[in-house]
Amino acid sequence: MEMMSTNGSTDEGLKSELGRQGIVVSSFNEIYNWGRRNSVWPMQFGLACCAIEMIATTMSRFDLARFGAEVFRPSPRQADLMIVSGTVTKKMAPQVVRLYNQMAEPKYVIAMGACAISGGPFKQGYNVLKGIDRYIPVDVHIPGCPPRPEALIHAFMTLQRQIDAQVLTGVARPRHLNASAPSEFPIPEFGDHDLLPSHNREVWKAPPGRSAGEPSE
Amino acid sequence: MEGTTGSIGRRTFGMTNVQAIREQILAALPKSNIELVENDSPCGQHSLLVEAKDLLGVARFAKSPTGLGFDYCSNVTGVDVVDRIETSRRKEKRIVDGEETEIERVEETRIPGWLEVVYHLYSMRDRKGPLILRARTGDRLEDVALPSLTPVWRSCELQEREVYDLYGVVFTGHPDLRRLLMWDDFKDHPMRKDYVEPDDYDYEPTPHNAVLDRLQARKG
Amino acid sequence: MAILMESLTRRNHGQNAEIEIFTHEPASLDGELMEVSMGPQHPSTHGVFRMNVALDGETVVKLKPVFGYLHRNHEKIAEGASYLAAMPYTDRLDYFCSLSNNWAYALSVEALAGITVPERAEYIRVISAELTRLVNHSCLIGFLVQDMGASGTPLMYAFREREKILDLIESLTGARMMCNYMRFGGCRCDLPTGWLDEARKVVAEFPRFLDEYEALLSSNEVLLARTQKVGVLDAELAVNAGITGPMLRASGVNYDLRKVDRYGIYDRFSFRIPLGDHGDVYDRYMMRLLEMRESVTILEQALKSIPEGPVIDPKAKIRGFRPKPGEAYGRIESPKGELGFYLISDGSANPSRYRIRPPSLINLTVLEDMCLGHKIADVVIILGSIDIVLGEVDR
Repeated sequence: MEMMSTNGSTDEGLKSELGRQGIVVSSFNEIYNWGRRNSVWPMQFGLACCAIEMIATTMSRFDLARFGAEVFRPSPRQADLMIVSGTVTKKMAPQVVRLYNQMAEPKYVIAMGACAISGGPFKQGYNVLKGIDRYIPVDVHIPGCPPRPEALIHAFMTLQRQIDAQVLTGVARPRHLNASAPSEFPIPEFGDHDLLPSHNREVWKAPPGRSAGEPSE
Repeated sequence: MEGTTGSIGRRTFGMTNVQAIREQILAALPKSNIELVENDSPCGQHSLLVEAKDLLGVARFAKSPTGLGFDYCSNVTGVDVVDRIETSRRKEKRIVDGEETEIERVEETRIPGWLEVVYHLYSMRDRKGPLILRARTGDRLEDVALPSLTPVWRSCELQEREVYDLYGVVFTGHPDLRRLLMWDDFKDHPMRKDYVEPDDYDYEPTPHNAVLDRLQARKG
Repeated sequence: MAILMESLTRRNHGQNAEIEIFTHEPASLDGELMEVSMGPQHPSTHGVFRMNVALDGETVVKLKPVFGYLHRNHEKIAEGASYLAAMPYTDRLDYFCSLSNNWAYALSVEALAGITVPERAEYIRVISAELTRLVNHSCLIGFLVQDMGASGTPLMYAFREREKILDLIESLTGARMMCNYMRFGGCRCDLPTGWLDEARKVVAEFPRFLDEYEALLSSNEVLLARTQKVGVLDAELAVNAGITGPMLRASGVNYDLRKVDRYGIYDRFSFRIPLGDHGDVYDRYMMRLLEMRESVTILEQALKSIPEGPVIDPKAKIRGFRPKPGEAYGRIESPKGELGFYLISDGSANPSRYRIRPPSLINLTVLEDMCLGHKIADVVIILGSIDIVLGEVDR
C-alpha cells in the first residue's frame, strides 16, 4: 500500500533519503490521514447473513484488529464506519438511514454483499430495497454472497487507501471538512406499498440508458 | 443400488387412518361438515377439509387428550387460490342462411377462488402425525374470516398473524391480530397471487421477464 | 434527596417510625412505566430483531416483539422460481446452518415426488447436518456468553472451531456459508479425496474444545448466577406453543425428530437425546453442549461406516423437474428446532405454494412469557438462549 499523500508537496526520494538518516519528514495532511486510516471504528450493526462473515472477520483467524478496526461500537455516535452487512429491507431502510445520520463525521459506508449493493438474490422481493446506495452514499462496494472475510478485509484496505488519498484543502476536500456538504440525508417514509420516495435523487441516479420510472413522491 | 425412500412417509397416516379419524371426529361432533381431501403425491399426506363454523370444535377435539391427542400444532400455512375461468366448448347446430352449419360456442364460467388455511398437527405424546386440517374462506375479498385456533394452540399465534399479514385472512378470536412482517400502514396482502409489486427495479437489466415486459409495455 | 429519604424510610420502617415525618411521597416516581424499544439495531438482539419492552424500574412487565426487518420474501420468490432455483434461497434462511436447510427442502421435494436417495448421499447428509449442528451450537454458546458480558473470548474460541469446520464444508461444497449442496435425490458432488480423513481429524479434536468450553463456563459463577432460574419455560406451555429443538428438550419433553421421524438414516446410529429438568436458560445452554457431544458420536459412527457408491439418484431429474399435483410436508430436526417445508404442486415447474415452517419464529412465541418479571438485562440472555436467526424468523 502506498504511503504517499496525493497533494504532491512531498518529494518522495528526499523523504526516504532523510528517513534512512533517522529524520522523519511528514506533512500535516499525511499524519492526519494516517491517524484516521488506522483507527476506523466500525459500528456493531449486523443485518443478515453477511453479518456472520463480518463477525468472523473480527474473530480468531482473520483478525480485523490488525487494521486498527477491531473496536466495534454499538452506538452510531461513536462509530466511523457503517458496514451494511446484508439485505436491507424496506422496513429496515429508514432505520439504516437514521443510523447513518446519527453517526458523526467523518463517516464511511461499506456496502457488504450483493444484497446491500443491489438487492442481490432477493432483488425481486416486494420488501427488499434494491441497494442501500439509493439513500446514502457508499464508499466501497464488495460483491459476494456473502463476501469472504478476505473480501471484507480487502474492502477495508480499499477504504484505508481512499482515506489516505484525501486532500484536506481545496475543492476536493473530504465531506467532513466542507461545511456546505450534507452529512445527513432524508429518511424515507413508509408508503402504501413502497418507501416514499423510492430513492434519494441527490444520492442515486438511474443508470444512463435505462428508463427510470420516476420515483413516486 | 439400495436407496432409502419415503423417509418422512414412514409415519404418515394412510388413507384408511385419515378416514378413520374423520369418522372419529364425526362420531364426537355429529353436526360437523368434514370432507376428506386426497393427496396424489407419493407421500400420501391426506387432509381433512373442515367447514369454517366447525373448525374450532374440531380443533378442540383434535387436541384434547381424550379425543385425538394432537397436542402440537406445527405449521400454519395460508394458501391463495385465485379465481379461475373455466372454458367449455359446445357445438351447436344452427341454420344460417337456410343452411345448417355447426357453430362452436365458447362458454366461460368464472369459478371464484378462496383463501385456505392449512394446519399441520402432530402429537408429541403419541408421536404420530401429521393430521392436516384445512379450512376455506368464502371468497377472496369480503368473506375472509376464519376462526382462530390460537386459543387451542399457542403456536398458531404468530403464524396466524403472518397469514393475516400476507394473505388477508381475518382470524376471529385471535388475541392480537396485527400485521407481523410488513409495516402497519402497508396496503394489500403481498403473498396473494395477484399482488402487483412496486416497479422499482426495472432500471437494471434483469432476467425477470415480467418486469421487462412491463417496461416494454410502458415504452410502447 | 427525596429518593434517599424514601429509601431510608423503607429500610427503617417499623424500627424507627419517627423518621417518616421528614418524608413526602415523590409524585414523579409513582409507578410510571418506561417503554424501551430494543432494536432493530441493538448489539444483543442477534440481528434486526426488535422488542418493545415496558419496564417498571428494571422489571419487565410487558414485552412485544416486532418482526419483519429482514422479511425478504423468500416464499414469494420461490413460488415464482423452479423447484431447484429455491435451493440456494434455503441457504439464506438460517445462515448458520445452510446444509440442514438444504436437507429439509430436499427431503420435502423428495417426499412430494417420491425420489429415492442413494445410501452414500444419506451418509453425507447426516455428516454435513451434524457438522452444521456443531457450528451452530458452539457459536450460539459463544453469543450467549457474550451477551452475559464475557466480551469476545468465548466467542473467539467458538469461531476458531467454526473455521475448522467451515474449511471442511468449503472443500466439500465450494462455499463457506451458502453451500447450495443438496439436490433432489442426493447431493451435488461426491466427497473430495482425503476429505473423510480430514473430517475424522476435526471430529476427533472437537471433544477437546468441548471440554475446554465446559471447564471455562459450565461451573462459572457468573454464568450460574445469571442463567439458573431465569426464563423458566414449563413443559406444558412449551408443547402448546409449538416450541421445538433444544429449547423444548430443555423443558424436559423428549421429542427429537431424529428419533421420532427417523428421517434419512438416523435409525442406524446410536445416540442419546439429552433432556433438561428446569427449562431455564442454564438448561438450554447445557442442552447445546450435550447435543454437541451426541453429534460427535453420530459423526464418528457415520464417518466410520460410510459406504461407496453414487451420491445422487441417476433417475432424479435435475432439469425440467415437474412433480405431479399434490402436496407434502417434510420436516427435519435442524439445530434450532423443527424446520419444515410445505409444498403444494400444481404440476407445473414451480411450486404453487412454498411454505417454510421456521423454528426460530415459533420459538419466539413464548418470549414474553419467559421474560415477565425478570430484569431487562435478563431479557438479553433469554433471547440469546432461544437461539434465533433473523433470516429464518422473518424469511
